[in-house]
Amino acid sequence: MSDINKEALYDYLLLLGDNSMILGQRLGELCGHGPELETDIALTNISLDLFGQVRNYFQYAAEVVADGRTEDDIAMLRKEHEYKSSLLVEQPNTDFAYVIVRQNFFDHYHYMLLSKLVDSKDEQIVAVAKKSIKEVEYHLDFSSTWVKRLGDGTEESRQRMQDAVNELYRFTRELFKPTETEERMANLGIGADLPSMEEDYYKQLHALLEEATLEVPQGEVFQYGGKEGRHSEYMGYILTDFQFMQRAYPNMKW
Amino acid sequence: METVDQHIEDILYSVSDPEIPVLSIVDMGIIKKVEKLDDHFLIHITPTYSGCPAMDTIEDDIVKAFDEEGLKAKVKHILSPAWTTDMITEKGKKALEEYGIAAPRDASIDKAALSGEKNQIKCTNCGSMNTKMVSRFGSTACKALFQCEDCGEPFDYFKCLR
Ligand SMILES: [Zn+2]
Repeated sequence: MSDINKEALYDYLLLLGDNSMILGQRLGELCGHGPELETDIALTNISLDLFGQVRNYFQYAAEVVADGRTEDDIAMLRKEHEYKSSLLVEQPNTDFAYVIVRQNFFDHYHYMLLSKLVDSKDEQIVAVAKKSIKEVEYHLDFSSTWVKRLGDGTEESRQRMQDAVNELYRFTRELFKPTETEERMANLGIGADLPSMEEDYYKQLHALLEEATLEVPQGEVFQYGGKEGRHSEYMGYILTDFQFMQRAYPNMKW
Repeated sequence: METVDQHIEDILYSVSDPEIPVLSIVDMGIIKKVEKLDDHFLIHITPTYSGCPAMDTIEDDIVKAFDEEGLKAKVKHILSPAWTTDMITEKGKKALEEYGIAAPRDASIDKAALSGEKNQIKCTNCGSMNTKMVSRFGSTACKALFQCEDCGEPFDYFKCLR
């Protein structure tokens, strides 16, 4: 593989890992604070799955750059603008409706993405995707069940779900707008062709929202930037928490 | 796992999942290959779930178990083929049940049970089928929480993963 493609592969692995990592961190914040015991356990288990997947991507990324950087360096020691997660996953845990809607918007995408990556030309990406997709199937099922239950629930739960949908919907399209790296990787047959997934994504999502008696926001202006390092103000707070130990005690290990 | 020297297999058998101490890692089906190299054995293991926190402990335990026999082992993590619950041996499934964890059922029963249909999973305490799911996620990512409506026992069910 040429150096330039190696660089792009490294960048791509970070793109794949960062979404799961920042969402995993958001879910981790709920540990001990979930609305009920079982949901608390479910959300933190989903977080654990996501972090496990991140480790697989970052271990591989460290192998690809082979310059002494470790998975921990890649995870912990970048600056804010070097994180490539989408704006959706950094949105706060405003209430349980937001947590579920954010999760479900991501899970639909994540499942579709992995079902493309299992056919990647990169063997290691295939192995990670095949492992991850089994886990993400559960995530999607879990969040979809809650979307239906709360959307088609009481007046209050429906209203809260609708508020969350209205607020978070504008972050969905960024997932399908490829960065230069994503385009290059798709052309090489290594990455997923994101624009080709978009139609199916919205079809599935809208069908679920309809089933949950929720309305699809109309005439929405979409927000972009996270994947290119332009994050909302939430990201700084997430990283302050996330990076604290490594910043305070450099090279510490468990 | 391919056939290896009985002594090596015994050592591996002595290592168990820290969260399910009755279940040997061999019966769990996570040992994929044992390579005899010049000065050490290379043990290939595959994780059950990507984020399974037991994997690091298992790795340490394998190295320690070999060390106690005066042998040297290193552990290599592999992802492919991805682990499935079909890789748990019959002996392993029995050990799970005796420990109070319902063993994974086939895909259709699993799906019905996890979507909330009652009477799918047998109570590990009294054997009744009069059970219901309490939570899709139990004490760890690989398990769901069930409860028996006859004897009242709450128990974990090891989810089917394919
Ligand atoms: Zn019972």
